[in-house]
Amino acid sequence: MSQSTSAASVHNSDQALKRLKARKSAESRFRFFGIGAIFAAVLMLGWLLNSIVGTGYTAFYQHYMTIDVELTESIVDPDGVRDPDELRKANFRKIMQEAIYARFPEVTDRKEKIALFKVISASGATDQARQMVYQNPSLVGETLTLSVPTSDDVDQLLKGYIDRNAPEARRKVTDQQIAWVDALKATGEIKSKFNWTFFTATDSRDPELAGIAGAVVGSLMALFVAFVVSVPVGVGAAVYLEEFAPQNRFTDFVEININNLAAVPSIVFGLLGLAVFLNFFGMPRSAPLVGGLVLALMTLPTIIIATRSALRAVSPSIVDGALSLGASHTQAVFHHKVPLAAPGILTGSIIGIAQALGETAPLLMIGMVAFVTEIPSTLTEPASALPVQIFLWSDSAERAWAERTSAAIIVLLTVLITMNAVAIFLRNKLERRW
Amino acid sequence: MTLVLTALILATIAAAFFFGRHLAVARTGAAVSASFSDRAHSLPAYHGYFAAWSVGLAAFVAVAVGWLLRDKIEPSVIAVLILATIGLGFAFSYRKIGPRFRARNIVEGFVKAVLLLCSGVAVLTTLGIVLSLVFESFRFFEQVPIFDFLTGLQWSPQTALREDQAGQSGAFGAVPIFTGTFMIMLVAMFVAAPIGLLIAIYLSEYASKRTRALVKPMIEILAGVPTVVYGFFALLTVGPTIRGFAESLGFGVPTQSAIAAGSVMGVMIIPFISSLSDDVINAVPQTLRDGSYALGATKSETMTKVIFPAALPGIIGALLLAVSRAVGETMIVVMAAGRAANLTGNPFEAVTTVTVQIVSLLTGDQEFDSPKTLAAFALGLVLFVITLALNVVALLIVRKYRERYE
Repeated sequence: MSQSTSAASVHNSDQALKRLKARKSAESRFRFFGIGAIFAAVLMLGWLLNSIVGTGYTAFYQHYMTIDVELTESIVDPDGVRDPDELRKANFRKIMQEAIYARFPEVTDRKEKIALFKVISASGATDQARQMVYQNPSLVGETLTLSVPTSDDVDQLLKGYIDRNAPEARRKVTDQQIAWVDALKATGEIKSKFNWTFFTATDSRDPELAGIAGAVVGSLMALFVAFVVSVPVGVGAAVYLEEFAPQNRFTDFVEININNLAAVPSIVFGLLGLAVFLNFFGMPRSAPLVGGLVLALMTLPTIIIATRSALRAVSPSIVDGALSLGASHTQAVFHHKVPLAAPGILTGSIIGIAQALGETAPLLMIGMVAFVTEIPSTLTEPASALPVQIFLWSDSAERAWAERTSAAIIVLLTVLITMNAVAIFLRNKLERRW
Repeated sequence: MTLVLTALILATIAAAFFFGRHLAVARTGAAVSASFSDRAHSLPAYHGYFAAWSVGLAAFVAVAVGWLLRDKIEPSVIAVLILATIGLGFAFSYRKIGPRFRARNIVEGFVKAVLLLCSGVAVLTTLGIVLSLVFESFRFFEQVPIFDFLTGLQWSPQTALREDQAGQSGAFGAVPIFTGTFMIMLVAMFVAAPIGLLIAIYLSEYASKRTRALVKPMIEILAGVPTVVYGFFALLTVGPTIRGFAESLGFGVPTQSAIAAGSVMGVMIIPFISSLSDDVINAVPQTLRDGSYALGATKSETMTKVIFPAALPGIIGALLLAVSRAVGETMIVVMAAGRAANLTGNPFEAVTTVTVQIVSLLTGDQEFDSPKTLAAFALGLVLFVITLALNVVALLIVRKYRERYE
């Protein structure tokens, strides 16, 4: 009798119930930690995206000022020859100064005039007038209505990033400038427009004139080289290792090599590029050609590994069928196996190239950090790349630069997400299971 | 010029293909492919490929020789040479092609050789990395003794332009860099290891299929974000947040600190750890779980007392791979960790890492033979050796562990 009570008490006594309760709460605690970890990771992702998009979206519009510009002949073309090359050297800064002083004739003080001119982007406005006159010398003497970008400080003020209530000495725009800008805004002379400059211009010293076009073209060129080199070589290597390689030491060595290459830090590939492509072969610095080659070597392992698993996924019955109909091994592989593995190869290649697009460190090593103000037109010209442009801009402390850096990141992330989405879509659409 | 030449040679190779194919058909005396394969060994296209390969190889050799001798011989002589070699290629195919000729075997041999060359590129890349790093490091160690480099406590690579310049000692003691790298790696692992492991455990043992399908891609996004974006995030948001938080507690922290760079790097590594450990946990045989449940253990008890110990070697392997990632990561630390070599154990100070120093030594003006430039390669060699060792050890552990349950 007493025995059975004690046996029951092992499971029913207060102590036992307490133990059970402790175990159950340990269980739910553990579960809670798991959910908490997922939550933490997702929260970080959200914080990252929120901080980038929150800082960057305002860079997609910018404030422009409509202004009447009189192209006074005595300033632009004192000799009256209308030679475009001479006109290009004329003092357009003076023209723009006169134009904005004319809008506010009540400003006479020299210091105030300087402050007034700072409302518009000096180089942006003068370049615009210069280009128009260069292309059409007959405009000299006439009055044009131009839409010129405001200076980055004014732009930031109107976007609400400069605290109007801060003491004047601690903000970048003076009370007077604020008054002018508000007046212009009220009359509709300053308007915000979509910032096409950001997509069509190259790098610049002035944030309001800087764009990503040069960097995007540089990235496209480097990716083109990377794609053309790494996909054929990677697929070839994978086909060899998967289908033709004999079981010997050399094959093992190659396989170990590929696995290790996949884990080599990207910056080491940059050092390789510097030592071999630049110093040994004497290729040009900062060129998309070299950048593309380095990125190609970097993506090679990714493509090889993806291709091998795609080849492995093809049913052996396909090859057996081809062989039984009299095809040679090579014919079976190239006529049947590789085409059937093509969707997997394509997906792997896109993912590999997307990785290469986001890569920065190796490009720094081969000098793709130069300040390039022209869109590169050949593979050997100095160029920048989108991630490198982001790195370069991130160095500048001003708010306008942070905004543009974030906007460039938004563009980069959009492209990356699109590439990966296309890869996943293709995989789901074309994948066959046996 | 080069473009025209390339186009001409490609056109010649294409012509060779049609020449070979036509010749094979003509010599066999049968155009219809069914009767053709009764009479000849290889299909007409293989004869075509054979001719194209012969001509192509001949042209390649001739152009290569011509390019090497371009300064010694007249261009016209080179042109004649190239034309003659191409002619030889045609003549060779003309002699060989016929019904008995085993064109397919030869072409397939060519194809295999090309594929072998492709896989050789991987070996060449490794060879290039090792040779360039070792060669340049060797030159560095001729100027700075290797012992001083590995044990010196002072790092200020800017060599003095004038004798009296202060702080420009040209000292290459890399210990502060190694400690900085180690500290940032430690911070990163401190963030990533628990979160990554818990995510892996939750997803593999608790989560429903739908939760898995939803959460996994979100974690994968973290792995797909370029490192330069993480770097900017650390610089723009995380650094100032940590500084503000520390200031509200009453002590000062610079925006660029080991903790800011390390924690953001940790976030970057989370998906790496979670997906690797997920694989490892899933590889533990179901029988172990069933046995544990049969004894009345709860899920968490099964996890911590049965599965975790069983998966431990694999998890350690995963963590080592993550460490190697953290050590080799560049952009986050370049943007958010600072550049001054600081020998400190305080994660709230700015420190520098191996990768940061490589970048700062090699960007901007550089002379190729100065110890400053060569030091970057020595640091690169250290980085390469460390990441390689970590990977080899991790793979050995993982492989050994896998064998145990197979």
